[in-house]
Amino acid sequence: MSSTLTVADVERIAALAQLELTAEEKQLFTKQLADILDYAEQLQAVDTSGVPATAHVLGEPVERDDAERPSLAIDEAVGNAPDPASAPGLFRVPRVIG
Amino acid sequence: MLQSTASAIREDVASGRVSAVEVCRAFLDRTTAVNAALNAFNLVTSERALAQAAEIDRRRAAGQTLGVLAGVPVAIKDNLCVRGMTTTASSRILEHFVPPYDATVVARLAAADAVVIGKTNCDEFAMGSSNENSAFGPVRNPWAQDRTPGGSSGGSAAAVAARCAPLALGSDTGGSIRQPAGFCGVVGLKPTYGRVSRYGLLAFASSLDQIGPFTHTVRDAALALSAIAGADPSDATASREAVPDFAASLTGDIKGLRIGVPRAFVADGVDAGVRAAFDAAIGTLRGSGAQLVDIELPHARYAIPVYYLVATAEASSNLARYDGVRYGYRSARDKDQNLKQMYSRTRDEGFGAEVKRRIMLGTYVLSAGYYDAYYLKAQQVRTLVRQDYQQAFEKVDVIAMPTSPIPPFRLGERTGDPLQMYLADVFTVSANLAGLPAISVPCGFSEGHLPVGLQLTGRMFDEATLLRAADAYERETDWHAQAPAI
Repeated sequence: MSSTLTVADVERIAALAQLELTAEEKQLFTKQLADILDYAEQLQAVDTSGVPATAHVLGEPVERDDAERPSLAIDEAVGNAPDPASAPGLFRVPRVIG
Repeated sequence: MLQSTASAIREDVASGRVSAVEVCRAFLDRTTAVNAALNAFNLVTSERALAQAAEIDRRRAAGQTLGVLAGVPVAIKDNLCVRGMTTTASSRILEHFVPPYDATVVARLAAADAVVIGKTNCDEFAMGSSNENSAFGPVRNPWAQDRTPGGSSGGSAAAVAARCAPLALGSDTGGSIRQPAGFCGVVGLKPTYGRVSRYGLLAFASSLDQIGPFTHTVRDAALALSAIAGADPSDATASREAVPDFAASLTGDIKGLRIGVPRAFVADGVDAGVRAAFDAAIGTLRGSGAQLVDIELPHARYAIPVYYLVATAEASSNLARYDGVRYGYRSARDKDQNLKQMYSRTRDEGFGAEVKRRIMLGTYVLSAGYYDAYYLKAQQVRTLVRQDYQQAFEKVDVIAMPTSPIPPFRLGERTGDPLQMYLADVFTVSANLAGLPAISVPCGFSEGHLPVGLQLTGRMFDEATLLRAADAYERETDWHAQAPAI
């Protein structure tokens, strides 16, 4: 299925991934992703009927008590914002509607 | 002093034979002298390091007990957060990011009185096998400056090899500690998944990422692991397994230890010089009393496609957080752009090509219609890769392979073809898929005096046996003591 990867497929994936690719990137990635997916096709030959999936290699995650503990101060939490808001403790974003 | 191990420096500082400030100054001077050629560091924090060293000396003078890494200069891969120290993951998107907190491993090194001297260059977000994906330029191999130091922790490996620091931390998702350690002729340890907290590591693939040390000796790696390992309330995947004093397991005795060699798996595509060094290395282990046992890892040849589907899927999710809102770079292409345009332009402009390629691949394999065929299939084959190891470890205690099938290649040689670059990870990725601890130790040189690494893999949470085998090998050889002529 991967050998049929098209520029339109790449555009669809880029939209899902929130990446505004250039025309050159779309061409390049179409070829490179098809190569990688073709290589991954070899997995289809492995018999995995009845084989469970491994998402991680540990048993149950370790839990901790749901207890209060110190957190970052607000000015530290927003200190790396690329566009600090004029009011303290906020992030500024471009308009969402329109 | 520059040739000293971390263990020796700690003893000298604790006994007062040398001051922590003298040690710190010597390694900082060395770093300044060679970094223009190597580009191993994104940031050198001289003032902060000297102040910390002075504080250690003051505490010693006051009769206080010093930590197990007192005065040891340490270089930190630039994907690990250090409070107040710019942490970029070698990406434009985090070029000016200053973490407001320490990674757990950084806090534990500080508690052991190690002295951070700077942040090391790496592939962007640890995605790469050559360090050529850094936004700040490639690191050069101290043994041959036209060649790669390996990746993604290339700066950490080069820093230790070039004697800028006796200890560095890296992260290993598919070989990113072991392969550069092999390429640079130093020791590199990837602990068992869950052995070391990942809190404060900028996540790449959360089910595979693990932090570990680069050192000159196995003993130093054991010392560093004991210092950074153990449960952490900030990481639900950090195991509560007891952390032994790993250095105490280095008895030098491997008589009767069963070392598995997957002969069929390592038969093809291995450089002649690497092959010769590997064969000699397992001969040395046998000479020390180990028993070599032929084993099969029938699914290991699928580890590369499994890895690149699983790791990119996880990466596409983890890197969704870089959106130009809360931290990092924001596109300013158009002041009237809306929110979605800002996201997608920020990400296109802020990420490098390999990171975008992996986000795209991961998004694709997780998308509707392809999930079962790629992602789920890869997770099932991951189970088979794990089971191969479980069966092998019923017969053997440790498994030996070359770290990399090839010696360090020339910068630029493989950048045009991502798939060819991925194939170089053939011997390292399966330990991550199975969660197993693995170490690379220097085992000789191939043609052109290029370092070769021997990789040993152990059972889950059995770093003690793994380190004992590696240390026993090291005792019979002097590869680890050789230094590049930079």
